[in-house]
Amino acid sequence: MPVEQGTVPVWRKRTTAAQWTLWGGWFALAILFVYSWQVMTKDTIWAFVMDAPEQAADLGSRMFPPRWSYMERLWWPLWDTLNIATLGTMLGILIAVPVAFAAARNTTPSLYFVRPAALFIIVASRSINSLIWALLLVAIIGPGILAGIVAIGLRSIGFVAKLLYEAIEEIDEGQVEAVAATGASRAQVIDYAIVPQVLPAFFGISVFRWDINIRESTILGLVGAGGIGLQLQASLNTLAWPQVTLIFVVILGTVVVSEWVSAKVREAIT
Amino acid sequence: MAAEAVRTWRRPPILIKDWRWRWGIYAFAVIYLVLAVSSVEVNWARVYEGLERGWRFLQGFLVPDFTSRWRDIGSGLVESLTMTVTSTIVGVLLAIPVGIGAARNLAPLPVYLVCRSIVATSRSLQEIIVAILFVAMFGFGPFAGFLTLTFATIGFMAKLLAEDIEDIDEAQAEAVRATGASWWQVVNYAVQPQVMPRLIGLALYRLDINFRESSVIGIVGAGGIGATLNTSIDRYEYDSAGAILLIIIAIVMLAEYSSGFVRKWVQ
Repeated sequence: MPVEQGTVPVWRKRTTAAQWTLWGGWFALAILFVYSWQVMTKDTIWAFVMDAPEQAADLGSRMFPPRWSYMERLWWPLWDTLNIATLGTMLGILIAVPVAFAAARNTTPSLYFVRPAALFIIVASRSINSLIWALLLVAIIGPGILAGIVAIGLRSIGFVAKLLYEAIEEIDEGQVEAVAATGASRAQVIDYAIVPQVLPAFFGISVFRWDINIRESTILGLVGAGGIGLQLQASLNTLAWPQVTLIFVVILGTVVVSEWVSAKVREAIT
Repeated sequence: MAAEAVRTWRRPPILIKDWRWRWGIYAFAVIYLVLAVSSVEVNWARVYEGLERGWRFLQGFLVPDFTSRWRDIGSGLVESLTMTVTSTIVGVLLAIPVGIGAARNLAPLPVYLVCRSIVATSRSLQEIIVAILFVAMFGFGPFAGFLTLTFATIGFMAKLLAEDIEDIDEAQAEAVRATGASWWQVVNYAVQPQVMPRLIGLALYRLDINFRESSVIGIVGAGGIGATLNTSIDRYEYDSAGAILLIIIAIVMLAEYSSGFVRKWVQ
C-alpha cells in the first residue's frame, strides 16, 4: 500500500498494524524457544557435548570396517523382521477394515455411538508408536515375534482405517444409489457399489503401510519383540560396534528395497 | 436360443484382469503365508500367563494413576515438550536453506546435488538409530534427543519445501524478475509468499510428529517421557503407564485439532 512520506508515496508490503502483529508473533516464538531451550538444557553436562567430535571420531574408528562375517547370523532375523512386518500389516488391515466402515459417515451404523468409538480407536492407535506398543506387549505376552506382530498390527489399525474411511467418504454416491435402486440389500450395496470404488485406494494404503512397517519392525527388537533389532540390541550391549555398523547397513538396504517395491506396486495399481 | 437363456452375469475380477497373474499372485501369497506362519514360534503357556497381566494393564488404562508418580511424569513431559519445541524451530530454520537449495528452479546443479543428498541421508536413517548414535556421542539426556529430532526434521521439511518451491507459479517469479530484482528479492517477493502458508502447515504437522517421536527415543536414553514410560512398564506399574499413554494421546489429539485450526486461519 502507498504511504505518504513527505510528498513521495512509498510502496510497503504490509500496514503498520499487520507489521506489528507479525513482529509480535515472531517475538513470542523466540521467547518460547529461549525458555524451552533453558529448561531443556538445565541438566545437560556441557563437557560431554564439547568433546562430541572426539567421541564421534572414536566411535567412527570403532565402527569401521563392518564385520561382514556376522552376516550369516543375520539372515534368520531378517526373515523374522519381514514376517513381523507382513503378518502385522495383515492383522492391522483385518481389524482396520470394519473400523473404517464404522467410521465413515456414509456407511456407519450409528453416527452418534459407533462413529465416535471408531474414531477414538483410530486416534489411540495412531498416537502410540509401534515401539511403545511393543514395549507393552513384551511385558504382557512375553518377548518374541508374536509381540512384534501384534504391536505392528495395533499401530497399523489407525493409519489404514483413517486413510480408508476418508476414501470411503469420497466415493461417488451415484453408484451407491444405482445399486440400491435394483433392490440390493445393505451388504450387497457395500459389496457392489462401495468396495470396487475404494479397492485401488485400499491396496495402495496397505502397501504403503507395509513399507512403513518394514522400517519400524527393524527396530522393534530393541525392546525384545524379535527381528533384527534383537541382534542390534545384543551388539550394542556388548559394544560390538563393527557388528552394529553391519546391522545398520542391512537395515538401510532393507528399507531402500521395501520402499522401491512399494513404489512399484503402487504405480502398477493406480 | 436355449443356450443364451441360461447365460448369467458373472462379476468381472476387479483388479487383476489376467487370470495367470491373478492365480500366480494368490499361489505366492499362500506359500508365503504358510512359510511365515510356521516360522513364528509362540510360547502359548507364556501368552496364557500374560493374559492376566494384560487384564491388569487394561484396568490400569481405565483407572490411570496420575498422582503417585507425578514428579517423574511431569519432568518427562517437560523434557518431551521442550525438546519438541526447540527441535522443530531449529529444524525448520535449518531446513529452509536446505529446501531452497534442493529446489531445481532456484539452485544451481552442484548446490542442488549437495542439498538433495543431505535430504536423502536424513530421511533414510530412522530416528531411533540416529538417537543411538547421538546418545553415544553427546551423552544421555534431552540434548541428544533434541539433535535427533532436529536432524529428522531437516530431511522431512526440506524435501516437502523443495517440492513446493518447484511447484510454484512461475509467472509470479518471472514478473518479479522482470522488474530487475536480485535472487534474494525473487526469493523474498515471489517464492516466499507462495510457499509460506504450506510451510507453516508443515511445520505444525512436524511439531506433532516430533512430539510423538520424542515419546519413543527416550527408550534408548535420549530423554523425554519415553524413559519414564519405559521405567514404569519395567516396574509393572501399569496404572502409571496407562496415565502416561493417556497424556500422550490427549496431547497428540490437542495438537492435531489446534494445528487444523491454525492451518485454516493461515490460508
